[in-house]
Amino acid sequence: MIRTPLRPLARVLKARQTGENPDAIERENIRLRHEEMRDKARLRAQGRLLVLSVFFLGAFMTVGARMGHLAASEPMEPQARASGSQILAQRADIVDRNGRILATNLETHALYAQPPIMIDKEKAARELAVIFPDLDEKELLEDFTGKREFLWIKKKLSPEQKQAVHDIGDPGLLFGTREMRLYPNGSLAAHILGGASFGREGVHSAEVIGVAGVESRFDEFLRDPVNEGAPLELSIDMTVQAAAERVLSGGMKLLNAKGAASVLMDVHTGEIISMVSLPDFDPNIRPRPPTEGEPGDSPIFNRAVQGLYELGSTFKIFTSAQALELGLVNPETMIDTKGPMVVGRHRIRDFRNYGPELSVTNVIVKSSNIGTAHMALDIGAKRQQDFLRSLGFFEPTAVELTEGPGAQPLLPRQWKDISTMTISYGHGLSASPLHLAAAYSSLLNGGTKITPTLLKRVTPQNGPRIISEQTSKLSASMLRQVVTKGTASFGEVPGYHVGGKTGTADKPLTNGRGYYDDKVISTFASVFPAHDPKYVLIVALDEPTETSGPKPRRTAGWTAVPVASEMTRRMAPLLGLRPEIAPAAPAKVTLTSN
Amino acid sequence: MTEMVYGSLPSRDGEPILPKWWRTIDRWTLSAILGLFCIGLMLGFAASPPLAAKNGFEPFHYVIRQTVFGGMALVVLLLTSMMSPAVVRRLAVLGFIVAFAALAFLPVFGTDFGKGAVRWYSLGFASIQPSEFLKPGFVVMAAWMLAASQEINGPPGKTLSFALTIIIVFLLAMQPDFGQACLILFAWGVMYFVAGAPMVLLLGMAGMVLFAGTIAYSNSEHFARRIDGFLSPDVDPTTQLGYATNAIREGGFFGVGVGEGQVKWSLPDAHTDFIIAVAAEEYGMILVGIIIALYATVVVRSLMRLMKERDPFIRLAGTGLVCVFGIQAMINMGVAVRLLPAKGMTLPFVSYGGSSLIAGGIAVGMLLAFTRKRPQGEIGDILLRRGR
Repeated sequence: MIRTPLRPLARVLKARQTGENPDAIERENIRLRHEEMRDKARLRAQGRLLVLSVFFLGAFMTVGARMGHLAASEPMEPQARASGSQILAQRADIVDRNGRILATNLETHALYAQPPIMIDKEKAARELAVIFPDLDEKELLEDFTGKREFLWIKKKLSPEQKQAVHDIGDPGLLFGTREMRLYPNGSLAAHILGGASFGREGVHSAEVIGVAGVESRFDEFLRDPVNEGAPLELSIDMTVQAAAERVLSGGMKLLNAKGAASVLMDVHTGEIISMVSLPDFDPNIRPRPPTEGEPGDSPIFNRAVQGLYELGSTFKIFTSAQALELGLVNPETMIDTKGPMVVGRHRIRDFRNYGPELSVTNVIVKSSNIGTAHMALDIGAKRQQDFLRSLGFFEPTAVELTEGPGAQPLLPRQWKDISTMTISYGHGLSASPLHLAAAYSSLLNGGTKITPTLLKRVTPQNGPRIISEQTSKLSASMLRQVVTKGTASFGEVPGYHVGGKTGTADKPLTNGRGYYDDKVISTFASVFPAHDPKYVLIVALDEPTETSGPKPRRTAGWTAVPVASEMTRRMAPLLGLRPEIAPAAPAKVTLTSN
Repeated sequence: MTEMVYGSLPSRDGEPILPKWWRTIDRWTLSAILGLFCIGLMLGFAASPPLAAKNGFEPFHYVIRQTVFGGMALVVLLLTSMMSPAVVRRLAVLGFIVAFAALAFLPVFGTDFGKGAVRWYSLGFASIQPSEFLKPGFVVMAAWMLAASQEINGPPGKTLSFALTIIIVFLLAMQPDFGQACLILFAWGVMYFVAGAPMVLLLGMAGMVLFAGTIAYSNSEHFARRIDGFLSPDVDPTTQLGYATNAIREGGFFGVGVGEGQVKWSLPDAHTDFIIAVAAEEYGMILVGIIIALYATVVVRSLMRLMKERDPFIRLAGTGLVCVFGIQAMINMGVAVRLLPAKGMTLPFVSYGGSSLIAGGIAVGMLLAFTRKRPQGEIGDILLRRGR
């Protein structure tokens, strides 16, 4: 073995001495070093190439294994997720308190066209125009021959129409299944139900979304598959609702009113048994919101909930009830009714002069503005506001309609003494008939707060107490006397002990300054039976005129009261109330012994 | 006696070319490549008629083109594989210079065919993608530089080749063609790895890649969407990936039958990026297994042969070529089975595409030339070591 000296120069020096060429040795050294480097690099490269081989082999095996795993798994059906999520079609029914259908679904078809696969476009356009008179042949043909590859033609088809389109026989005319919302009772309870329309549309189904009323308010609930199709139960009674609509619309026509509203409420549960707003509409073909004219006169406007009116003398009972509750008066206390009452620049008058003073009961029975104003002054603005707030007149009703939260009562900007006085008899504060119904219920059910609801419930609400039971009873008895000997004498319905308060309020001019003298809102807020209040009925007529006498009469006693009494006569039996005929004088029985 | 009178018989020095070629060539790799090409043609029959119908050609238009380009590619492959490594290197470096110039002038003369990236030269009857031809040239060039740097007093090849890599990656990223840029970067990295990169540097680079990926994820919406799509557990069945996955499932182990597949109708890239899905659907796992085995054969056998190679240049160049080849196949199939995020990458020799076929022929031809058996000086080794 050749030993290489540790010092490289040693060999070179030795070679020089022996006369050899040292360059050869130098080259030899370099060659050896190079070879050593190469060997080292080669060994390292071998190791790393092995690593690479293992990496690639592993990678290919992983791909193969994954492929095999995929191949062994079940294929899944590709689902159309183009619009983000699946369109849910099934929408729950809406039923009345007895389970009768108010809204349900009907399977139908939508018609669409795919022009690229149509065969005879002229014929298709011509025949479609015959089947659907509202379609224009020219426009259809333009659509078919244009660039569009897909277009909707009709959203709902009747079976006959579908067959007719089918008979055209063009493969480019196609049907998409649809579930449409159907209101089998037509315009019944139209404002409560609202209406529905198609949301996102796909070829195989379309979303049905509520646009107004409970359909919109409970949209999520109705569409939620978790409920498994459980219907939405309303507090409405379909038969009562039908009777109310019929009588009210008859009364409205008879009295030449341009609108009418009524609310029937259970005083203990706060359930709205019937709620009518006229004129109404058919929710199956819900009209578009009007673009011109007064929105309050549109058929889709819910007067009972959205309509804010000065409800007039119906408010007097709140003033008297508060005065009784505060112990300021008792029913027999005499109140100054000398008129006219002058407050600053304002004069308060009564409908006619009732003499210098009246008892509290008679202030209500005769409907004296002056007497009520005096009581209100005794109560004071602060306490009056608190009481009206507790009855719900300061905020929108909590009724379950999309339209509900928008109906914020109109309050005076500054609550001066004159406001206190006018509001005590129902002027200067505008609220909806539903507000009034809830307040009367709270007042007459024994004195606990009622929140109006459209959902069926069985237990009384038992809200916070507003007035004592005693005051509640006294108020009911005063209302009864209004019917038996006061302004609402037409309101008597034999056997049902109706009590109530009339209200006739001049309509404010549209410019907001002053009032019309020939246009009124006439209201009758009634309760029956008065000795044990069960139901409150509010009837409001917009601009009624009674023309049977020599002069046109507009007061509620001649307009709203007869309509309300006819409604009570028709509805009370449907509600399961039996007429109570006053017992005959006890027969004189002589006990004898034989 | 006769010889003494008439002189010796005319004899060539060395062996005749063809027998020598046949004796020294890696016949396994050659067979695997031919097998892949045949499978590619067969799949083309299934996958390309929808595209031909869409573009208004007769049904087998693309199959015929593929056959013509494939024939050319095979000729190039065979010719290249017959050359000696020195000749290969010389031609490859020349080719690299031409391709590099072509790449550099793409923004001026290239077209984008309405696809948003300027990658092609249009020649009328065909289009050329310079980056495809640049890859094998680049690998040889970089391998040469890296090998030269291992000589005593050699040039600073590592720095030079890295600079070259960066320039090319930059040019490709400008097109933009991040796929090819990544391949170039990968090729250089793998060669540097085999040439003896320090471990610390490799780890540092891995860290850099992760960091760059994070930056790209937070800054590029396009990139982030792809990664999100990859990471989300369920695949949206209406995407390309969803169709591909479903096709593999439909196919199962034995396929739905020749021509029965549906995925080729719904996937726009069925004949290129997702050809493996067509294979899986119509022929099942069996054919996919064969394809994977063929790629694995090419890669592993070539690497094994290169392990014995003593010439650093040949070793590095061979490694670069075979790894680029292997990684393309791996990425393409990995995307189809959702092991990797979506990235357009052709399956070498199987996917349709003229440029990529011929460039692939050149690359594999070079690889075969490099992996031919040649004396490695083992005898000298033994003798010298013994002697010492």
